[in-house]
Amino acid sequence: MNVNKIKIGWFSFSCCEDNLVVFTEILNDHWQEWKKIFDFRHVNALKSKNIFDEFDIAFIEGAVASEKHKKKIEEIRIISKKVVAVGSCAITGMPSAQRNFFNEEQRENIEPLIEHFASFPKVLKVSEVVKVDAEIPGCPMDHNVFMKAVNNLIEEFRSHNT
Amino acid sequence: MDHISKVEGSAGLEVRVRNNKVESVHFKITEYKRFYTEAMKGKPILGLPQLLSRICGTCSNAHILCSIEACEKALEIVPSEQTWLLRILTMYGLMIRDHALHLYLFTMPDLFGRDSFLDFDENNPEEHQLLHDAFEIKATGNALATIIAGRSVHAPYPVIGGFTHFPAKKEIAEAIEKIKKIRPAVLRLIKIFEKCDFHFDRKTDFVAMVPERYGFLNGCIDSGKGDCLPEQYFGNFLERVVLPYSQASAYKHGGKAYMVGALARMNLAKERLHNETKKSLKETLDLFPSTDIYYNNLAQAIEILHSVDDAIEILENNKFKEEPLIKKPYKEGVGIGVVEAPRGTLYHKVEVGADGIVKGGEIVVPTGQNQINIEEDIWRLVDELIPETPKEKIEYEIEKLIRAYDPCMSCAAHFLEVKWS
Repeated sequence: MNVNKIKIGWFSFSCCEDNLVVFTEILNDHWQEWKKIFDFRHVNALKSKNIFDEFDIAFIEGAVASEKHKKKIEEIRIISKKVVAVGSCAITGMPSAQRNFFNEEQRENIEPLIEHFASFPKVLKVSEVVKVDAEIPGCPMDHNVFMKAVNNLIEEFRSHNT
Repeated sequence: MDHISKVEGSAGLEVRVRNNKVESVHFKITEYKRFYTEAMKGKPILGLPQLLSRICGTCSNAHILCSIEACEKALEIVPSEQTWLLRILTMYGLMIRDHALHLYLFTMPDLFGRDSFLDFDENNPEEHQLLHDAFEIKATGNALATIIAGRSVHAPYPVIGGFTHFPAKKEIAEAIEKIKKIRPAVLRLIKIFEKCDFHFDRKTDFVAMVPERYGFLNGCIDSGKGDCLPEQYFGNFLERVVLPYSQASAYKHGGKAYMVGALARMNLAKERLHNETKKSLKETLDLFPSTDIYYNNLAQAIEILHSVDDAIEILENNKFKEEPLIKKPYKEGVGIGVVEAPRGTLYHKVEVGADGIVKGGEIVVPTGQNQINIEEDIWRLVDELIPETPKEKIEYEIEKLIRAYDPCMSCAAHFLEVKWS
């Protein structure tokens, strides 16, 4: 049933998930069309039975705050044709990476929690961990920029399949 | 340790069972800390609400308004009447959009035995109607937030001292038309959750900020015990509990867990709902007060209707004009903001220096306050279901119960990693 549909994954790491909220708002206008062309294979906000096998497009929002995050993003990269970094935290690290710029006193205050939860000493942007094919900036991402990027990717997949 | 399932997500659950009795339940919020209460130190107060809105994309506009209130109290700024109306409308846009997202996309699939809301069948008349209702209601909440506050996520117009942009007449007329159009869909939604046969009843305490007329921005904190605590003392009400396994702080009051959110608000203030809402829902409202956690969903649906009815009244009866921001010289001070966010009572405290630079603060979010209550519910639920129920069914029932709390985007979103031992 999902043959020829574009396989989509959406993954959230260290962030406020504002891009995911915007994505669910864009669905208000595009759900009928997207149901026909997309196989939402792994989107936690939309379904329970998520499949983690292969993706045509993996959207990643959020910064990389731990080894667990890093490993997951590396796995996503291996099984995805296109990796798209979405939003400011994924692309620049900020504001999730604000602790990278804390002064000594602030660092001392958070140090026990960083150790307890095995967080990275410095928060990373996604491109510091894997190759990123496209970026959709913004905090949150801009509706129109997202649509333009998605439409470009759809065109690319269609031209490869014809 | 008998490991049952593992799905990627930002919360997890560890249940320890011995001789068919639950020994411990750890509901873990595993989202990595982003240290906003540390990061706010040293920032100019004028930029604080926008920074703190980035705590949560789902209810960012509640964080903005809560932070603005705290900053204005610290600077002794009293906002204009029009500013209050625009803030109320901002909250209504948020409630309509956010409750609809939770009720349709996260919860409705459980009611219809589907994996995803997008799996609903467009050829089935009822499911077809629900699909269209869902996206129309969400889009209307989004549109209301956009014309009033500039955006439904991290809204740019509300700032300390007022708004930087005002809705045009034409935008207001369009908004009224759209909001009126969704009212029948909201009534259908309420009927679905009224008829829903999910129930889980356990006595607990409910806490909410109760206003003079049903709303989300002003009032005093009611815990159903007869007293109503002014906002500025809410910090003393909260007893912080450190759960070593969770990235979020948990809270009790009087040594006991309590629940915040739509169910608490409905239990404590249903008589203050908009008159049109009360007229349409006479029998439905008789179901409250209730200790059935699944009525949190029904309470959210009712809050959408209240937001619709009151937004229409405000938009039809007020003219919005350009207004300058109210500004005051910086001064040393402490300010408290309390807002009823979609998921419950939200608390912001800010301490500012005479130079307008933030010295520190505190933020308490609804999901942290509900964390221990969720654990106690799961404990009872699992005890009731063991030993006859298969573990997969227990896990599903746990997820459903957690979703009824609408804990946060990723939590509510069908994640759950359960570890059994």
